Amino acid sequence: MAKRILVSTRKGLFELGRGRGGWVIKADHFLADNVTLTLHDPRDGTDYAALNHGHFGIKLHRRDKGKKTWTEIASPKYPPKPEGLDDKDGWGKPVNWTTQLIWAMETGGPKQKGVIWCGTMPGGLFRSSDRGDTWELMETLWRHPDRNKWLGGGADIPGIHSICVDPRDADTVRVAVSCGGVWVTTDGGKTWAQSAHGMKFDDGPSSEVESPDGQDPHMMVQCAADPTKLWVQHHAGIFKSVNDGKQWTRVHAKPSAFGFGVVVHPADPDTVWFVPGIKDEKRIPVDGALVVTRTRDGGKTFKSLKKGLPQKNAYDVVFRHALAIDDTGDMLAMGSTTGNVWVSENQGDSWQMVSSTLPQVYAVRFA
Amino acid sequence: MIKCRMAKVHFTSNLRRHVDSPAVECEGATVREILDEVFKVNTRLETYVLDDQRAVRKHMRILVDGVAVRDLTGLTDAVLSNSEVWVMQALSGG
Repeated sequence: MAKRILVSTRKGLFELGRGRGGWVIKADHFLADNVTLTLHDPRDGTDYAALNHGHFGIKLHRRDKGKKTWTEIASPKYPPKPEGLDDKDGWGKPVNWTTQLIWAMETGGPKQKGVIWCGTMPGGLFRSSDRGDTWELMETLWRHPDRNKWLGGGADIPGIHSICVDPRDADTVRVAVSCGGVWVTTDGGKTWAQSAHGMKFDDGPSSEVESPDGQDPHMMVQCAADPTKLWVQHHAGIFKSVNDGKQWTRVHAKPSAFGFGVVVHPADPDTVWFVPGIKDEKRIPVDGALVVTRTRDGGKTFKSLKKGLPQKNAYDVVFRHALAIDDTGDMLAMGSTTGNVWVSENQGDSWQMVSSTLPQVYAVRFA
Repeated sequence: MIKCRMAKVHFTSNLRRHVDSPAVECEGATVREILDEVFKVNTRLETYVLDDQRAVRKHMRILVDGVAVRDLTGLTDAVLSNSEVWVMQALSGG
């Protein structure tokens, strides 16, 4: 069972541990600074923290196993933009070749010690083979002509927020882009192909609603034990794939299929959790009651889990990286825009509130 | 004998919170030349002031003798041998 939970917030990183009476805040780091995401590397025990200093840019910090102090390391950096290059995004706006957000961090395969993947806004995917000392832009994806179709969804600019390194073969990597669909490489990044076929929006011209390049997956996860199965919380609902992401089908859920986060049980591809909001234009819980929805049958039915969660006047939104599951599949944790953090030790059946006074939560991760 | 003077570059306390960046004296004819001198010995500082394309970050401001630098990408604004250069930032956000 996980011993720590890292909570990234607008005003610092909070580290939770389990006390006798339940989970409590044990430590804080980078107080008053904007911590947007963390990564724990189980291969060597390293923690990574991404900060967005606004004026001063995006920074990465690393803490070695067992150490108390963090060290600033290199951040993913875009190469010089070729002079005269007409590089525009799907909105027709010029692309600024500068890291503007670290939106995804994942470890490489179990045998690729030191390999870290990083997804960014404005859409660059980076790979480090030395624990973040140096970074290399995945030029093959960045220079793919279809990248110019990507566009910002909720943010002004596109970005990579989900990275799934295939447990069967670490050279197979899938990334999800808001908005740009799902991209997959099966040769370690030499070539990339679109893999969002079947996803669709509800509104818009018919040529656009099913175009894979315009899809807005909010979050994508892959089952560790059955990696053929992937789940996406999409802007327009929930989608699942049972064939390596080659084709996606819509899943209907009550009280709503809109949301940001999704986690799948590491040993059971049919058990999946979501945190629904009303709809894209009303991003608050249905009827002011916060629930987590769970399916145990691959999306045929959903149960609303509410024990320990506020059922009145709750306007919490759980962002895409702010719902987490541990390696056992028993523990879940989530944090909200309202600064609430909850932990469940029984697959979401009941929740313990850890804090109701934290800053806005961007990401939650077990470590 | 005429004493050779150099431009002085100052950084704000907000920046010094993240990177050790005391005021330094540098030689150079343009803002780019001056900053290159500073960043040669303080490489981490560059990533706080300039973006990946080596342009001034969106909310950063550079003043030469009280006048805001206009060329934020090329940094070709002139610096005199006795100029006072300030690297500053706006403070915003909730």
